[in-house]
Amino acid sequence: MSVAKRTFDAVIVGAGGAGLRAALQLSEAGLKTAVLTKVFPTRSHTVAAQGGVAASLGNSTEDNWHWHMYDTVKGSDWLGDQDAIEFMCRKANEVVVELEHYGMPFDRTDNGKIYQRPFGGHSQNYGQAPVSRSCAAADRTGHAMLHALYQRNVRANTQFFVEWMALDLIRDADGDVLGVTALEMETGEVCIFHAKATIFATGGAGRIYYSSTNAFINTGDGVGMAARAGIPLEDMEFWQFHPTGVAGAGVLITEGVRGEGGILRNASGERFMERYAPNLKDLASRDVVSRAMTTEINEGRGCGPDKDYVLLDITHLAPETIMKRLPGIREISIQFAGVDPIKEPIPVVPTCHYQMGGIPTNYKGQVVVPKDGEPNSPVAGFYAAGECACASVHGANRLGTNSLLDLLVFGKSAGETVVEDIAVGNLSLKPLPADAADASLARIARLEGQTNGESVHEVGLAMRRTMQKHAGVFRFDGLLKEGVTAILEVAERAQRTEIKDKSKVWNTARVEALELDNLIEVAKATMISAEARKESRGAHVRDDAPDTPEFPNGRNDNEWLKHTLWYRDGNRLDYKPVTLKPLSHDVDPIALAKRTY
Amino acid sequence: MTKRTVQFKIYRYDPDRDEKPYMQDISVELEASDKKLLDALVRLKAKDDSLSFRRSCREGVCGSDAMNINGKNGLACLTDIDKVAQPIVLRPLPGLPVIRDLIVDMTQFFKQYHSIKPYLINNDPPPERERLQSPDDREELNGLYECILCACCSTSCPSFWWNPDKFVGPAGLLAAYRFLADTRDQATNERLDNLEDPYRLFRCHSIMNCVDVCPKSLNPTRAIGKIKDMMVARAV
Repeated sequence: MSVAKRTFDAVIVGAGGAGLRAALQLSEAGLKTAVLTKVFPTRSHTVAAQGGVAASLGNSTEDNWHWHMYDTVKGSDWLGDQDAIEFMCRKANEVVVELEHYGMPFDRTDNGKIYQRPFGGHSQNYGQAPVSRSCAAADRTGHAMLHALYQRNVRANTQFFVEWMALDLIRDADGDVLGVTALEMETGEVCIFHAKATIFATGGAGRIYYSSTNAFINTGDGVGMAARAGIPLEDMEFWQFHPTGVAGAGVLITEGVRGEGGILRNASGERFMERYAPNLKDLASRDVVSRAMTTEINEGRGCGPDKDYVLLDITHLAPETIMKRLPGIREISIQFAGVDPIKEPIPVVPTCHYQMGGIPTNYKGQVVVPKDGEPNSPVAGFYAAGECACASVHGANRLGTNSLLDLLVFGKSAGETVVEDIAVGNLSLKPLPADAADASLARIARLEGQTNGESVHEVGLAMRRTMQKHAGVFRFDGLLKEGVTAILEVAERAQRTEIKDKSKVWNTARVEALELDNLIEVAKATMISAEARKESRGAHVRDDAPDTPEFPNGRNDNEWLKHTLWYRDGNRLDYKPVTLKPLSHDVDPIALAKRTY
Repeated sequence: MTKRTVQFKIYRYDPDRDEKPYMQDISVELEASDKKLLDALVRLKAKDDSLSFRRSCREGVCGSDAMNINGKNGLACLTDIDKVAQPIVLRPLPGLPVIRDLIVDMTQFFKQYHSIKPYLINNDPPPERERLQSPDDREELNGLYECILCACCSTSCPSFWWNPDKFVGPAGLLAAYRFLADTRDQATNERLDNLEDPYRLFRCHSIMNCVDVCPKSLNPTRAIGKIKDMMVARAV
């Protein structure tokens, strides 16, 4: 079967924050660029980010990037690479100011500067006191950012392929990346996008869990495509459970609520975070707060008839503050929790929110894999940024507001690297292998011909329930071991999914089946990597790795201060060192220490 | 809320199979946790995977799942299933070509949005730091920048139905005023010139369907009025 082909200098997959920021770099450099996106760009999940983007502008409280770097390394439980973290924190002011210049409607201080609010884990002077570092547009920062970035791309005449779903990565015999195959949803046609450079900005896969703040579209497409193409996935055991998802609905309530003074309370009304994080209290790191909440619920101090949630209380804040700084939260609470937070506290539970791991990259946005003894050898023609990538700046736990920063800094950086690589002639349009589209066509043909299979809905549900039960906020050795067996069984079932609808035009059944192929890779990587890591670190906390004098917080730096690499082929695990050295010679490394807030 | 069955009448059309569209009577049993119309649609799709609709964030910020619900445009994810009269009649957004089932071709809608130059225009060299804007000036953008481009407003506007190629429509005009109202933008005259035309702006007859349906409680009619005021002020 012949497949149509389009040729570009660069193809970007995904039009959320990272993809749009990268696209700007390429469009403004005059490169012929295609941006493929499953949904119209402003529908990407960046739109749902609420509380802000981190930058040490110091508009309200004294701040500098060294403090931000320290907080990020500590937040990552020292699993983040310090070169990439230094790069991100140093670049923060530049990319946030650029965004303001693009027209982003940030809130303002009285003297007209960008408004900043406190956020979890961000501090002044190396952990001493909370700092206002989160640059915010009310509680709609992601929406304001995504629209501003899209608008700037309209100005730059970026070429979008809207409602196209990328299917598979194309690599040649050298392992170089030559583009992707993609499905046009409106016609059902498959096309090859042949390019010198391919940037993945496909977001996370939070939909592997039953209870998730994530949009339906967050199916880890880039991560799944990379895994199928033989690229290892890094640190996939680390998933962030956001402390405040609306109980029952999963919809996100920003940490900015606590930044504005919100307090978590248990059934007796106690501000329980004072016991778990005496210094930063409700503004401790997300993993810490989520575990504290889960402990309160597990020990019988939860609220409601089933004692299965805690309360987020802002009734003591002035109604004007809520209306001005948290208007979206009020809407969400009324819509999804049935409470007006001006009068009543909001029922919340920890909810799967963010994928810390992903496609391994360096700070330039190049995808890197172990090769010939070098753990971080770039894959020619392949770049990634944002939640699908692992630079790694978030390590074992991401700080709130660092995700929007990540996608700006590394979206831009990946774009700059591609522009430079093309300018100096590092990248050329290599000939496509004859079988470039075969894997994608086979996946579609399998769905066409499948009989007696299970529905995508059933198998997807089995996956989400398995992940929720076996790899949640707290992890247990026995459950993880069973989880590996269980998820591999689900993966077998995923190979036999059947869709009843075989039509061509806008076949969302087919799209959902193809998405499940990606989700299941992420689910396997998560469970297998988690089972293998026999320590507690950041968001990965196991019952058999408790807090002891020898291993503070259960962390074992002697054996486990290393990045996991999961290979799809044979579910093989490998490891690579954490970069403890910052990028610049004159910046001191952040020394290993026990994490307390 | 307990388990209950909900009755639907849904507009169905698959160009591969159907000569013409038809209304399908269908019901679905809901779980206690299902609260929104979108929850019910997801359950319906598990039963019949050929039912096609757009959806993403399920919390009213991405603008994907706009549709016509019992004759009124809205977002499925923000519609309480138990507050809607049954059978719930679902149709695609009116006035745009239907591709399949509840999925419309939004090309014309976005074309109008793009036509107003929806980006900040400021030709001064960018300063090292942020451009300053007072809190009061920033406040002028509230009620404007929150638009999610769901198209509920434009596709409920009779003027947009008659002239989708010539009338910018409420969503596009709201965006136009969002930039006119921004103290950082320098293209006021250019923007007003762009709209000074019998159709682009002045086809708005203040019917206010847009205000009635906006799921974000925005007020395009007021924004359009302000643009008209700016036109008048410029003329005198």
